[in-house]
Amino acid sequence: MAIMWKTLKRWYHQLGSPRYFYRFCEAVLPWLVPVALAVLAVGLVWGLLYAPVERYQGNSYRIIYIHVPASSGALMGYIAMGVAGLVALVWRMKMAEVMLKALAPFGAALAAVSLLTGALWGKPTWGTYWQWDARMTSMLILLFLYLGIMALQNAIRDPRQAARAAALLAVVGVINVVIVKYSVEWLNTLHQGATLKVVGESSIDPSMKWPLLISMAGLWLLYAANVLIRARTEVLNRERRSGWVRRLVRDGEA
Amino acid sequence: MSAPTLTTVWTASLHRELTLIWRSPADIVQPLFFFVVVVTLFPLALSPKPALLALVAPGAVWVAALLAVMLSLDGLFRRDQESGALDLLLTAPGVSVVPVTAKLLAHWLLTGLPLALIAPLLGYMLQLPVAVLDTLMVSVLLGTPTLTVVGAIGAALTVGLNRGGILLAVLVLPLYVPVLVFGAGVVRTALDGLPTGGLLAVLGAILALAVSLGPVAVALGLRISAGD
Repeated sequence: MAIMWKTLKRWYHQLGSPRYFYRFCEAVLPWLVPVALAVLAVGLVWGLLYAPVERYQGNSYRIIYIHVPASSGALMGYIAMGVAGLVALVWRMKMAEVMLKALAPFGAALAAVSLLTGALWGKPTWGTYWQWDARMTSMLILLFLYLGIMALQNAIRDPRQAARAAALLAVVGVINVVIVKYSVEWLNTLHQGATLKVVGESSIDPSMKWPLLISMAGLWLLYAANVLIRARTEVLNRERRSGWVRRLVRDGEA
Repeated sequence: MSAPTLTTVWTASLHRELTLIWRSPADIVQPLFFFVVVVTLFPLALSPKPALLALVAPGAVWVAALLAVMLSLDGLFRRDQESGALDLLLTAPGVSVVPVTAKLLAHWLLTGLPLALIAPLLGYMLQLPVAVLDTLMVSVLLGTPTLTVVGAIGAALTVGLNRGGILLAVLVLPLYVPVLVFGAGVVRTALDGLPTGGLLAVLGAILALAVSLGPVAVALGLRISAGD
């Protein structure tokens, strides 16, 4: 346990250094991208082609293999932004600022995909593309919060100031998302409850659950890869005047 | 010279802010005027039928109040920033949360409170039954301070930017959702003749959260905007 904690602490400090982070990305990305794509492909092909047909919804339920991974990714991404924001504000860690910025675009895209697939799934199942149901409304607000953070980052020219402003907004936003969830749940609920449960029995058959979990893992890995790529670019941009980036451009190695 | 006590800072800041707003009556009158005009637009746009108006009245009054508060916040820190008073506030000894809280309180007293006081009249014009007008007023009274504090976070983060207005709306309106849902919800619950105590308590809880943590976030936002 003590060793694990020490390793974690060392990682935290090492990854806090832009140069070390760049080298970490260079080492990880060449296999992370193909692994993410492969896992996602296995999950999607299994789910879309081989998983059994659902008794009531027929084949239309298969959109779950895109809908649920996208929704969970959007939610996790926003929570991660809140955590990164807190770290950036409290410890003024540069890499947390970089991560915060890198997390936003893919998360916003996932929120949009979640809404879109949800609408497509809603039509055959509920008879409508859109309802002001609690979860749909929360996801829409989440998309707005993502766009707000991106707009704020865009509006401020100084990258450090932009990142810190976005960090504060992300932290406030995470608290807000929780309250939004309860407020709209009080307002209206049509959506089914959670099918996958961490604790207790899931209400989905294992033959449908496994491809779902694999798709989720694949999409999350892809999200991670996207974040690392964006963060790597941001690091190079921020550090463009430092010696190691100059050497990297000149000699091809940091 | 010894550092001033918190009480001195508080009293002096509150006095300064109230005097400043009081001397530019437009800051008090315009949000109120905006509130009245927007509510007036609803019967003209929808239909003057009393039954329909009573149905949309809680939402209409609440959306108008929310927009009025948000628009009034756009200039909250701008004048202080242009005159340099904001930098003094941030570099002064002691915690900047105290003068910031005083500023928010003064702003709410002279813009949010008048909105709450006039809300029953507008509710009456939208054909709300007299019996629910007090609930409408209490809900606006409990909701507007939260709107002021949360909106001030956005105002603090956008104070140095040229395109404040629309950016402020994009940042702040999603954060206003819970207050709107519960605020308008309380009035609709009262319209249905159901007890409203629980929902008012929720509004109060959100208010307590906003008032206790919000000013810290506003002060931090101002520091970030000042390039700290």
